[in-house]
Amino acid sequence: MIALTVTDLTREFDVSPPWLNRVIERKPRSMLRAVDDITFEVPLGACLSLVGESGCGKSTVARLVTGLYEPTKGEIAFSNGKTGERLSAQMIFQDPYASLNPRWRVFDIIAEPLREFSLRKGMAEIADRVAELLTTVGLSATDGRKFPHEFSGGQRQRISIARALAGEPEFLVCDEPTSALDVSVQAQILNLMRRLQDEMGLTYLFISHDMSVVRHMSDQIAVMYLGRIVEQAATETLFAEPKHPYTRMLLETIPNVRDPQRRRTVQAGEVPSPMNPPSGCTFHPRCPLADERCKLERPAMLRQPDGGRVACHRVAEAMAEPA
Amino acid sequence: MPSPVSHDSIAVAEPVSPVPLPGRLARFRSSDLWYSFTRKRSAMFAAFALIFLIVTAFSAPLIAPQNTYDPSQLTLLNSEIPPIWEDGGQMPFLLGTDTQGRDMLSAILYGSRVSIVIGIASVILSLGIGLSLGLTAGYFGGFVDNILMRFGDVLLSIPTILIAILVSAVAMQALPPELREVGAGAVLVLAITLSGWVQYARIVRAQTIVERRKEYVQAARLLKVPARRIMVNHILPNTLTPIMVAATLNFGMAILTEATLSFLGIGMPPSQPSLGTLIRFGNQFLFSGVWWVVVFPVVQLCLLVVSVNVLGDWLRDALNPKLR
Repeated sequence: MIALTVTDLTREFDVSPPWLNRVIERKPRSMLRAVDDITFEVPLGACLSLVGESGCGKSTVARLVTGLYEPTKGEIAFSNGKTGERLSAQMIFQDPYASLNPRWRVFDIIAEPLREFSLRKGMAEIADRVAELLTTVGLSATDGRKFPHEFSGGQRQRISIARALAGEPEFLVCDEPTSALDVSVQAQILNLMRRLQDEMGLTYLFISHDMSVVRHMSDQIAVMYLGRIVEQAATETLFAEPKHPYTRMLLETIPNVRDPQRRRTVQAGEVPSPMNPPSGCTFHPRCPLADERCKLERPAMLRQPDGGRVACHRVAEAMAEPA
Repeated sequence: MPSPVSHDSIAVAEPVSPVPLPGRLARFRSSDLWYSFTRKRSAMFAAFALIFLIVTAFSAPLIAPQNTYDPSQLTLLNSEIPPIWEDGGQMPFLLGTDTQGRDMLSAILYGSRVSIVIGIASVILSLGIGLSLGLTAGYFGGFVDNILMRFGDVLLSIPTILIAILVSAVAMQALPPELREVGAGAVLVLAITLSGWVQYARIVRAQTIVERRKEYVQAARLLKVPARRIMVNHILPNTLTPIMVAATLNFGMAILTEATLSFLGIGMPPSQPSLGTLIRFGNQFLFSGVWWVVVFPVVQLCLLVVSVNVLGDWLRDALNPKLR
């Protein structure tokens, strides 16, 4: 059963210079296409991860899905959950220092969804629920009367999770929830999130740039490059058999403890500006396999026999002429 | 610091926590602000001076030897009596009397009360207008922001005193004669507010633009919290630090502006004189040897404004994280 269906989602941002500059310096309007025509599905109770380098539009997708941004084009449809009502989504943010209001007590931060959605009536019920949530995420019920600055980064992220859970969502969008944390704390938070997923049957859309984190968390992985999904596959399939050259490059970046000195193919180039993306396949300037066709023609998304999807001319050509 | 959610959030936490919360006073006593205050002599001195001046001004009807609003208490026989330590000084006129036989000490106490009330009222009114417009402009941005802030810029480009003169002159003419005496204070407050709110609006707008991008605001938007409550409950508490400093310093400025307007004769009428009005009348007799009629109101005005400014400067330093 599908929890979330995203179809042909596109989001553009107006990054034009101010009106006066446009008139005097004759600069044109310019649009930045942060998310370009992406389509994916998240099965109920599963975890789909979006990975990619900085600036590839992952966070924009997260904000589109939760409704913080309006899509320029395309559709985002949540299906109905167990209760028969439309799934409700909440979000866990990247920066645990900016995501909690520094002037509010933790109690009020976690109680806010309860009050806004009228999930609990009366002070005693709200207090009980906040204490329960704090315990669920591994904090003490008495922590509610503290302010956010009295907690460490990992503890703050636990508070964020408690606030997200307070809204009783069935769908959680996690925007790089561990990238601001120490590695040891990352593991604790990830394990907490997996435990919650098992206990509450949550569905995750998980955003990260860290392949090892993603491997630990997800059932499905979608690799994004410059606003587009270039490859999507089940986690272990993707790690065992990366098809898109960009996915291979990303996997090369994972440090290997057993073979730290292994030879790596160093990839030249940086991510091109999304304001002025390359023609054809947007990855062609960095791709070792690129040829003329890649510069001209945009590769279509192709379903693979193993259930994945890849957008690459080389992969398509290899499929067309079986060895 | 007011709690962001006013509905007794602290009382709620108590069933959760067996340990009682520290009281507000105890928390204030252990804060950095209080520590910095006790370390800074000039700030403590200014605070005591200010409290003394405000308390004496507001208890004027109780402690002043004379009610300066009651003409029947004035006799020309008592006019131009010098201060008590000069030759010819007599009780109960500690600081002497003016040409009308008015006791200067009483006049100064009553006058300070008028000045302080107008100062506080105009600061509160400017705060109300400045905070709401600044929050709105910063939060919504775009067209609303442009309109509000360009209007503010226009007001800022005209000197405060000119706006105040214009407003009070026009308003006093517009008021029917029988209301002019009563409405003078209100007109002054309005005149000072008209140019005073822009500063608060700018500070709050700048801070709001920073805060509204932060993730805690987005988290609140996800909860479908209405914009007005996001602004008031989430963003406003995070902008108050610079506002407190600006409000303190502007309180001194407002008193000065009021004094200037009254000195120019478009402020408080002679029947309910403020410090500025007293200085205006005293000024006419400065060279006739009756110096005490002008010097004492001037000293009082200086004390008031200097203590407010010293306190404001200390507050600015104490609340600036870069100077800690």
